[in-house]
Amino acid sequence: MACVLILAAAAAAVGVVLVLRLWIVFRCQDVTPRESLSLLVVAGSGGHTTEILRLLGSLSSAYSPRHYVIADTDKMSANKINSFELDRAERDPSTTHNKYYIHRIPRSREVQQSWLSTVLTTLHSMWLSFPLIHQVKPDLVLCNGPGTCVPICVSALLLGILGIKKVIIVYVESICRVETLSLSGKILIHLSDYFIVQWPTLKEKYPKSVYLGRIV
Amino acid sequence: MMKCVFVTVGTTSFDELIERMSAQESLRIFKSLGYSRLTLQIGRGTVVPEPFSTESFTLDVYRYKDSLQEDLQRADLVISHAGAGSCLETLEKGKPLVVVVNEKLMNNHQLQLAKQLHKEGHFFCCTCSMLPGLLQSMDLSTLKCYPPGQPEKFSAFLDKVVGLQK
Repeated sequence: MACVLILAAAAAAVGVVLVLRLWIVFRCQDVTPRESLSLLVVAGSGGHTTEILRLLGSLSSAYSPRHYVIADTDKMSANKINSFELDRAERDPSTTHNKYYIHRIPRSREVQQSWLSTVLTTLHSMWLSFPLIHQVKPDLVLCNGPGTCVPICVSALLLGILGIKKVIIVYVESICRVETLSLSGKILIHLSDYFIVQWPTLKEKYPKSVYLGRIV
Repeated sequence: MMKCVFVTVGTTSFDELIERMSAQESLRIFKSLGYSRLTLQIGRGTVVPEPFSTESFTLDVYRYKDSLQEDLQRADLVISHAGAGSCLETLEKGKPLVVVVNEKLMNNHQLQLAKQLHKEGHFFCCTCSMLPGLLQSMDLSTLKCYPPGQPEKFSAFLDKVVGLQK
């Protein structure tokens, strides 16, 4: 009996600490001045990759090194990323800022996959995302909606909850989303530090979001 | 100067559109409008028209290319499925565009964007059966040009919130 009580108390204590940490992580938005920051980009397939590369094209070389995460079933994205980085390197030959890495993880949701199996594959990619995030420890995670970005952002949040590192999570909803959020967007609007939408209709529906006009 | 029409279905299949575009009726309409070349990008489709080239008209057919940039660049008119990628790429090149909605895929989320851009007057929009009529009646000069997106606003915002020193 005592044993059960102690266990319950311990579990409750851990729970309270985690909730407190979560609160601190969410509250913590102090802007530390810095000269450069490491970036982890979740590239999806097809259109998602095209969009995110456009956004990256506008970022200065202070965002370095750049880590790309792509789904292991995705053939096209690696090519697009390589040619994007090649272009960039040609424009800015100072080699110190041209470090990039491509990481592959299993896709958490194929198009038209059932809900139950989505949960299972998401848990599986969660299991693989955390070690990756823990190894990279990026300053900033940037994503725009492929299924893979949910486990990555949860892992990044976990890094903050565990007190290892506060990672800034920025989510940009795809230009395709005019009136409704994507599934990833509906989840990550609660977990991201900055949630950017590209159409005024969405800004009205989700006042917490940031609207900067059409940015891709 | 040879005028070209480029039809693209992206990575999907859209047999009804390809069938209609390669039909004699459409070829006749294209010729009457002064086009002498039609290129069909058919994706995963099962309708594969026979390419031909005569003195007055050329029909090219292929499934995929690494990049559609060249065909888009050469086109004087683009006819596309409602995919976001195809629509945006065409508009950015400043090419006149007709988007053909696949009635079999009505609740596809990509339609949101096509609907919005159509509302803003950037392209014509129709179904397969309306296409021949539209091709003959539309006035391309009424289309509104599509201003480029502003990623620099994104980078300025991000620089600020992450505390990047200039």
